[in-house]
Amino acid sequence: MAERPLSPHITVYRWAYTMTLSILHRITGVALALALLGLVAWLVSASLGADAYAAIVPVLMSLPGKLLAALAVAALIYHFCNGLRHLAWDMGWGFERADARRSAALVVAVTLIGAAICIYFIFGRSAGAA
Amino acid sequence: MSLRAPLARALHHGTARDGVRHWVVQRVTAIALAPLAIWLLVALLSLPLADYASVRRWVGAGMHPVLLALIVLIAAWHAWLGVQVVIEDYVHGFLSKTLALLCSLFVHVLLAAAGVYAVLRIALASGA
Repeated sequence: MAERPLSPHITVYRWAYTMTLSILHRITGVALALALLGLVAWLVSASLGADAYAAIVPVLMSLPGKLLAALAVAALIYHFCNGLRHLAWDMGWGFERADARRSAALVVAVTLIGAAICIYFIFGRSAGAA
Repeated sequence: MSLRAPLARALHHGTARDGVRHWVVQRVTAIALAPLAIWLLVALLSLPLADYASVRRWVGAGMHPVLLALIVLIAAWHAWLGVQVVIEDYVHGFLSKTLALLCSLFVHVLLAAAGVYAVLRIALASGA
């Protein structure tokens, strides 16, 4: 294909942390598609009977399993909050640069707090059960 | 030089009053998922996941099968639309892009079907 002039690509712009939030929305979205695979696998094994479910319980309760669950929960909370931010933009709200930065900070704060609470439940409850 | 008429080249390449549909469906499924996702998250965190009987009872209880089936369906739909955009942006070349899009579609439909079937199976067994 002939060399044609390209429009300025993302690398020409000075980095702003709102860019990181933007790409994180995609990354968490793809991660949540994988989490859906996990949810369906959990439902299917529960539907297959006690033996099938007993086979996945050790995976579910293992440290890697819990870490993956924690990541999925953090991704969900982030994607949820940033998704609300996108919906607000779609209605024309919060587009000013100062507003977008403030809502970005809010999304990060809510994600960190929400994920911390959920991770406490994921790891805290097992200690009692084990 | 191509012998194809300008109209033939333009057809089926977007926005024949259909361009905004993808965008709208992505938003509508997002709005539908928002309350469902919070419900599922809170429920899963408070459910004793290691206990088979409790899990079966919870999945089959009251409106739970309906909400779970909706979550699986709408989440698969929303994820399919999102993954589609990601593939379109980052996978180049007609063949690999088409294969990736097809693969994503089939996997998401399979996830939706398997999830709904599993929920129904549990719900109908516990109802009998």
